[in-house]
Amino acid sequence: MNLATRYLGLALPHPLVVGAGPLTDDADKVRHLEDEGAAALVLRSLYEEDVKGEQMAAFFYSESHGESFAEASSYSPDPERAFGPEEYLDHLRRVKQAVGIPVIASLNGMSLDGWTSSARLLEQAGADAIELNIYHAASDPSIGAADVERQMIQIVREVKREVRIPIAVKLSPLFTAFAHFAHQVDAAGADGMVLFNRFHRVDIDVLELEVIRTLELSDSSDLQRRLRGIAALSGRVRASLAVTGGIHTALDVVKATMAGAHVTQMVSALLRNGPGHLRVVREALLLWMEENEWGSLDEMRGNMSFERIPDPAAYERANFIKLFR
Amino acid sequence: MSKARCITIDGNEAAASVAFRVSEVIAIYPITPSSTMAELCDEWASRGKTNLWGVVPSVAEMQSEGGAAGAVHGALQAGALSTTFTASQGLLLMIPNMYKIAGELTPFTMHVAARTLATHALSIFGDHSDVMAVRQTGFALLCSSSVQEAHDLAAVAHAASLESRVPFLHFFDGFRTSHEVAKIEEIGDDDLRSLISEDAIAAHRRRALTPDRPVLRGTAQNPDVFFQAREAANGFYDACPGIVERAMAALERRTGRRYALFEYSGHPEAERVVVIMGSGAETTQETVEELAGRGEKVGMLKVRLYRPFSRSAFLKALPRSARGLAVLDRTKEPGSLGDPLYLDVMTALGEARSEGASPFKADPLVVAGRYGLSSKEFTPAMVKSVLDELGKKAPRRHFTIGIVDDVTHTSLAWEASYRTRADDVSTALFYGLGADGTVGANKNSIKIIGQETDQHVQGYFVYDSKKSGAITVSHLRTSPRPIRSTYLVDQARFVACHQFEFTSKIDVLEHAAPGAAFLLNAPGEPGEVWDRLPREMQEQMVEKRIRFFVIDAFALAKRAGMGGRINTIMQTCFFAISGVLPKDKAIADIKKAIEKTYGKRGPEVVRRNCEVVDQALTHMHEVPVPKAASAKHRRPPIVSEEAPDFVRKVSAVMLAGKGDLLPVSAFPVDGTWPLGTAKWEKRNLALEIPVWDTTVCIQCNQCALVCPHAAIRAKVYEPAALSDPPPTFKSTPYKGPEFKGKVYTIQVAPEDCTGCNLCVNVCPAKDRTNPRHKAINMEPQAPLRDAERANYDFFLALPETSRAEIGRLDHKGSQFLEPLFEYSGACSGCGETPYLKLLTQLFGDRLLMANATGCSSIYGGNLPTTPYTTNRDGRGPAWSNSLFEDNAEFGLGFRLALDAHADAARFLVRHLAPRLGDTLPAELLEADQGTDAGITAQRDRVQALRSALKRLEVPEARRLEEIADYLVKKSVWLVGGDGWAYDIGYGGLDHVLAGRWDVNVLVLDTEVYSNTGGQQSKATPLGAAAKFAVAGKPVGKKDLGLLANMYGHVYVARVAFGAKMAQTTQAFLEAEAYPGPSLIIAYSHCIAHGYDMAQGAAQQKLAVDSGVWPLYRFDPRRLVKGEPPMHLDYAEPKARVADYMRNEARFRMVERADPARFKRFLEEAQSAARKRYSVYQQLAGIKVPVDEPQAPAPPPEAPAGDVKP
Repeated sequence: MNLATRYLGLALPHPLVVGAGPLTDDADKVRHLEDEGAAALVLRSLYEEDVKGEQMAAFFYSESHGESFAEASSYSPDPERAFGPEEYLDHLRRVKQAVGIPVIASLNGMSLDGWTSSARLLEQAGADAIELNIYHAASDPSIGAADVERQMIQIVREVKREVRIPIAVKLSPLFTAFAHFAHQVDAAGADGMVLFNRFHRVDIDVLELEVIRTLELSDSSDLQRRLRGIAALSGRVRASLAVTGGIHTALDVVKATMAGAHVTQMVSALLRNGPGHLRVVREALLLWMEENEWGSLDEMRGNMSFERIPDPAAYERANFIKLFR
Repeated sequence: MSKARCITIDGNEAAASVAFRVSEVIAIYPITPSSTMAELCDEWASRGKTNLWGVVPSVAEMQSEGGAAGAVHGALQAGALSTTFTASQGLLLMIPNMYKIAGELTPFTMHVAARTLATHALSIFGDHSDVMAVRQTGFALLCSSSVQEAHDLAAVAHAASLESRVPFLHFFDGFRTSHEVAKIEEIGDDDLRSLISEDAIAAHRRRALTPDRPVLRGTAQNPDVFFQAREAANGFYDACPGIVERAMAALERRTGRRYALFEYSGHPEAERVVVIMGSGAETTQETVEELAGRGEKVGMLKVRLYRPFSRSAFLKALPRSARGLAVLDRTKEPGSLGDPLYLDVMTALGEARSEGASPFKADPLVVAGRYGLSSKEFTPAMVKSVLDELGKKAPRRHFTIGIVDDVTHTSLAWEASYRTRADDVSTALFYGLGADGTVGANKNSIKIIGQETDQHVQGYFVYDSKKSGAITVSHLRTSPRPIRSTYLVDQARFVACHQFEFTSKIDVLEHAAPGAAFLLNAPGEPGEVWDRLPREMQEQMVEKRIRFFVIDAFALAKRAGMGGRINTIMQTCFFAISGVLPKDKAIADIKKAIEKTYGKRGPEVVRRNCEVVDQALTHMHEVPVPKAASAKHRRPPIVSEEAPDFVRKVSAVMLAGKGDLLPVSAFPVDGTWPLGTAKWEKRNLALEIPVWDTTVCIQCNQCALVCPHAAIRAKVYEPAALSDPPPTFKSTPYKGPEFKGKVYTIQVAPEDCTGCNLCVNVCPAKDRTNPRHKAINMEPQAPLRDAERANYDFFLALPETSRAEIGRLDHKGSQFLEPLFEYSGACSGCGETPYLKLLTQLFGDRLLMANATGCSSIYGGNLPTTPYTTNRDGRGPAWSNSLFEDNAEFGLGFRLALDAHADAARFLVRHLAPRLGDTLPAELLEADQGTDAGITAQRDRVQALRSALKRLEVPEARRLEEIADYLVKKSVWLVGGDGWAYDIGYGGLDHVLAGRWDVNVLVLDTEVYSNTGGQQSKATPLGAAAKFAVAGKPVGKKDLGLLANMYGHVYVARVAFGAKMAQTTQAFLEAEAYPGPSLIIAYSHCIAHGYDMAQGAAQQKLAVDSGVWPLYRFDPRRLVKGEPPMHLDYAEPKARVADYMRNEARFRMVERADPARFKRFLEEAQSAARKRYSVYQQLAGIKVPVDEPQAPAPPPEAPAGDVKP
């Protein structure tokens, strides 16, 4: 059985990738993930706010009190190392040192304010690829969908200009014309696309009148939206495709692959079951393929995509008509 | 001779650089102005820098200067090369060990930034009163007058001490030298090594205490031998001056810089000679050399080695032509025949004369002058005045110079306009705010000029005494000649004002030279700036032919995301206008300096700073100065005309920056100062102030409780009081049943608010239809200022709510009481002051406060204005600061005195009882004063007593009149920070708690030495970075509360107002009511924690919710009821310690530097929070048997320390 795949130009022995999340926060624990067979690791995002926010805040708070009073020229020791991207880069270097598998760094931001140059720093620190997260809440009524999309595409182009390593763009499902936008991303030079971003769950505390944000773990039911997205792109874009969100079992991997995914990223399943779950899923995948007489993942990849299934409407609006009429 | 590297550093670094390299053990403790030396050594050691022998010195912070002295004494005895740094009171604490170290002939050098000793007042500034207080210890005293000398003579001191075995105290003037930035030639490692004798080090090692060659030291000796043994060391002192001379000569051979024990400058046949040491000697030399150059027969003798005083070297250095000597001391010894240097000079001359060894045909007349106490300016004009006096036929024998003494008439007059030649000296003055970074940029400018040109440079920085909105003035000089001007710039060729508001507050052009360039940061269009300047300023600009440049630096900074940081913008303009460097070179150097200074803060910080530098010059405009002033408006008066006489005549002059002009007669003779002066200083710091929305407010008073500056207040009052209010004054019916029918107002003091946002952040009331809008919301101050000023005045005039009316004196009710602590100079958003304000609200009218030195004593008692105030009856907190280390004992003294007065009063009441009416004596003696009502009733009784006493014509009645007020219960509070309570004052605090005296202790726990710049204390929590714990404190916080609990009879509470205001208030009330010692440990968020203080209350809550900061009250009174004395006021920790720690830069910088170390800290801290809760929970369940009631014993003689009835 051949589980090998290529994602972002990286040759991987199988499609099980550890997605961006707390699992890759600890340089010691990533070794464990590798030992359990992770094909690659995606680190949590370096946020635009990390690049600028904390260092500027620390600068204002510390410097605005220093050199103000005769008895103290400052109120804390000089930091040994600056806040900002360096901390992330150090972590990336440590993870790179700890493991032999590809390490994909993440970059998250939305403005056009110079932060994209951090991509080069990620490359210099040893990232094998970059996952670019450009979610935008688009809550400003003065900015239209076309403006938002234009800005996102510009960010993709800028990041591409900064680096030679491949970049994947992590997409949100919230596009009016998702496939059209994905094609623009593809045309802008993205080497991969990751479907989809999962967002904090937002709730309202009706007594305190506060917004509560939580991040809940996914389950396999989250997969269906991804399947539709991947199936819509498979074979139609140059970029390789990843599914993130809802991959918990070997069957989930099979479905994602059939829709067209090159890799499947796992986070919630590993948080729930531990790193050993990587091995469990891989072994189950092999068993399932054997039982169902599949020789390789390449054979099945995209067989259930829009391009190849006889009735693409099954993924689309007609689906609902059939089901509920 | 080796080629030296030039460096631009301050005096502290100059000395520390040498001390670090020749030491193995460094024991430190922070004290201004020496702290930087300790901080640098700790920082260097933590970064792995080594001494001359390739080893990183061991740096240990101690709990006090006494501890540091003990530690170095031990290290020296064990054969290490050791050093320490201190000043002022710290040096006094070292005296016992200094005698020991000297008595044991121990090679050792300490470095002192000489500072005023606290007498009638504390002063952090420089004079020689501290070093003169140790001249008898047996230490050699070697004095440096400049930054270069602080470097060079530090090396001489270490070398000579090793050779001579006499310990050395190397000193230089606090601030004037310790904080002056100057270009100096560095002593390289090879040069330094060449000065230090390896043989002497080996000898020191051989004298070490070691069990391999055991000896005994520290014996006790008897009358038979002590005297002789003490004299056995004489030879070492006799040899010491010669050894110092040889060390100086060795230094000269390596560096070319020549020093002598006493150095003469001036006319070779001088008749009038000033003898002086310290930074004043530089100014004296500058003046004398100029006068001598003109042919005047004047000279000066600079004293370097003051102890051992070499008579022969002194006499040899003096010119034979001298007819008069003016010996100037920078210290005061009241009651002596003269100050110390004068007495030494007199003795030297007298002895030489009597031995026939005098080099003079006729001994010169010697006069004594005192100058420069507490860094008082000492200028060439003053030097000239002294020389002129010496030239008189009968000069005054004892005088002061630099002040106007119109009481005992000691002072010499001086001609202020006299100046030394300075046509080749560039001078610049910069007025800025601490927060805008002016000083930092100017330090960089001086370094740039120092490093990039052949010019000599000098930077000196003056700060006001506020911690919020502090004004800084930077004094910069550059010159092709060495700069000896150790006084402020008073003729600046360049003046910059970085804050437009200063133009209406300060005379920023007072020291502008004719033709000077004036750079003003002004908002708006350049063409409109002139019209906005006050008339006085316009007149000066016309008269002085000022070249005027403006820039809207704030607009530029804001666009670049730099907030209010305008320093690099203004710095760029300075270089462009002054032309000290070619423009492009200057910009490149500024950027290099930005990289060096802010690189540690991050690349985005550097990028934005560089961006504004690039844009600065295109935004700067030269504005033509019209031929005449045109403004109609003038600067407003410093204080209101309604201010008391003293405030107008004294405080206002100080506020105007002209305190130097006040004569002796303006001041109280003993340091006593009136209360309530801060209210007259309207600082207008806030850009935005809170605005109250009556429709949303739930009347919880939380905003008032958390306000650090008492600038937002609550009142309830009868509707009738609302007659004719100002048009925008707000009120609303009171909502609760307790004040039914009354109206309620929340009012902001618009000109006293600092805009910290704490109140808005704690406000729980939201507009349900628009939760973004709260009951109070920040709005721009300027448009509201006039209306709210009128509203606030009206509010203050409304009747106060009496205590009796307030049903529950909880966190809400307490806020209807008048705060007697207001508008302090504490940091915006300070976490300490809300506790103090609450204290004065609850007990202020019967409160005695002993305040340990630290932040709370500075914002509580630093002139020009102070925040403690009185109520309408004239009662208020009686406040005093004794020292840092003795506060518990000092406060206990209050209690003892109060009790003594009360005992005496009760005795007299009993004695006079038959003549005081039937019931009054018994009522007075048996009054229940456990409640406010009881205290009010007792006050009424005392009033009745006074009336009764008037009718009695017996001496006892007169005595009782004097002390009758002590029949009313007073509340004694011992207040201080964690540096005091956990470290330096712990021994005294422990003793006071161990007794049964009725005192209350409030520890304002910021978990660092905040006032001196954030050094770790034993209160610093695990994993926090602080100075002296750069890598994060490796051990947990001392549990002061638990230690006190163990006594069993101490009331203990840990509080955090941001987490539970009700518990805080309850703890204060219980502590005060408890008739024994009480200890409240109060979480105080602080700028040293590294986050936005507006979030202080929220962070306090997180501290409690995560179990980092437990809340409890341990009340021994519960024992009597058979209840556990410990009551937990917090729940099992639910929040994550990580979330708490990651909010603060003090923890985050550890994570950033060493994630693995931080992770360990985090796990330990999380575990500690869990365990702490478990331990406290178990303690809260402990019950102990209740004693059976016993027959009342006859009243015993009250032993010391017993609870008074």
